[in-house]
Amino acid sequence: MDVKVNPQLAQKSKLAVRDLNFYYGKFHALKHINLDVPENRVTAFIGPSGCGKSTLLRTFNRMFELYPDQRAEGQILLDGDDVLKSRLDVSLVRAKIGMVFQKPTPFPMSIYDNIAFGVRLFETLSRADMDERIEWALRKAALWNEVKDKLDQSGSGLSGGQQQRLCIARGIAIKPEVLLLDEPCSALDPISTGKIEELIHELKNDYTVVIVTHNMQQAARCSDYTAYMYLGDLVEFGPTGELFMKPKKKDTEDYITGRFG
Amino acid sequence: MSDKHLSTQFDAELSGISTRVLEMGGLVESQLAQAVHALTQLGHEVAAQVLRAEERVNTMEIEIDRDLSGIIARRQPTARDLRLLIAVSKTIGNLERVGDEAARIARVVQRLIDTGLSSRLRLPLGDLDYESSLALAQLRKALDAFARLDVEKALEVLKSDNLIDQEFEGLIRKLITYMMEDPRTISASIDLVFVAKAIERVGDHAKNIAEVIIYIVKGTDVRHNSLADVESMVR
Repeated sequence: MDVKVNPQLAQKSKLAVRDLNFYYGKFHALKHINLDVPENRVTAFIGPSGCGKSTLLRTFNRMFELYPDQRAEGQILLDGDDVLKSRLDVSLVRAKIGMVFQKPTPFPMSIYDNIAFGVRLFETLSRADMDERIEWALRKAALWNEVKDKLDQSGSGLSGGQQQRLCIARGIAIKPEVLLLDEPCSALDPISTGKIEELIHELKNDYTVVIVTHNMQQAARCSDYTAYMYLGDLVEFGPTGELFMKPKKKDTEDYITGRFG
Repeated sequence: MSDKHLSTQFDAELSGISTRVLEMGGLVESQLAQAVHALTQLGHEVAAQVLRAEERVNTMEIEIDRDLSGIIARRQPTARDLRLLIAVSKTIGNLERVGDEAARIARVVQRLIDTGLSSRLRLPLGDLDYESSLALAQLRKALDAFARLDVEKALEVLKSDNLIDQEFEGLIRKLITYMMEDPRTISASIDLVFVAKAIERVGDHAKNIAEVIIYIVKGTDVRHNSLADVESMVR
């Protein structure tokens, strides 16, 4: 299939979105989106509420299929294979494309089991291997030192920032290729936010990260590429430095400089 | 800046800082005009006024810089707001240096008067007056262009810079002739070479300001390019 390397990005695209349209019933929420998400980079989606950025993120791992009146048309190519048409089990798609939500959603179980739960769905590991995987995931998520002595305690006993890092650990424990983050810091204080942003920076060595954020400064700080969306259209997409210093479109400039409204 | 931010306070801060830059520009402009007046009229007191004004110019630069850091820290500006603030920082640096050049001229004037050379020798002060009028016009035009964020006017400043350069070279040739004809003029002529150079530098500072105006409006850094290239980059 046509996995094109976008010459502007000079980076292999991990996810290629081709003429994607999305509908909530009759409401046309995404309009002819074309976008290449570069591999091993952080791509941020910004835009005002209701612009479609979370909707776009949710199409990448078919999260919308939970709802009967929502449908997507077009292609989303993961390394050339269409995720939307894929005969793959949706849970296998999500194993490749993990997601972390706005509100931390730890399962009502121990910290250890929170992470082991997803791994057990896809792999049968010995206790020692599982221990190793859990330590690896918690270390990657910069949480290990804070929880290593209380792995058997409930995940919901952690602070908001720790819970969110636990969810990220859970997401990466099954070794996905792409990690989708939907407003991962909106409920966190600046210190926890800083830790998550540092983590995002670390994660891109191994994963392709896509983050939706309301916080433009966060997009500016932690992404390599930024897409500005408005009313279901992709208005502008480009390297983050350029988009924040010299956007090509006036609409983008008005939004990022706070002239929107 | 044509259209408004959601935060009217931010708008007020940005327009406030632009106003302060123009205020500083006005101060420097009159300082330079006074320095030139002191030179052509050999006025000791006017030269002293120029030197006194320098302190105010320096203080303004520091104050505007402090306001700039404050806005950047609190507002985290992007795109043209950020470019404006970066440009302001560069502009006030250039204005402060124009003030330095004016002070340099004033000190030469005082020395010429104190040594009594000026009254005994016939010096080409009229030619320096002409070079200065070109430099002052450039500075005024650059400040006008800054006030209106007018790219066309900024381009005009870039286009006319070579007039000052030509005038400067002509003056140097003339001063060399003076020195060869009458070695008693050497000391004073060397002083005037410095004055001519100071005025030529003012033209360069005006040009630098014109370049940052293009940067604010177009987002393109046109420094160190030929005039033809700059014009094609802007259009």
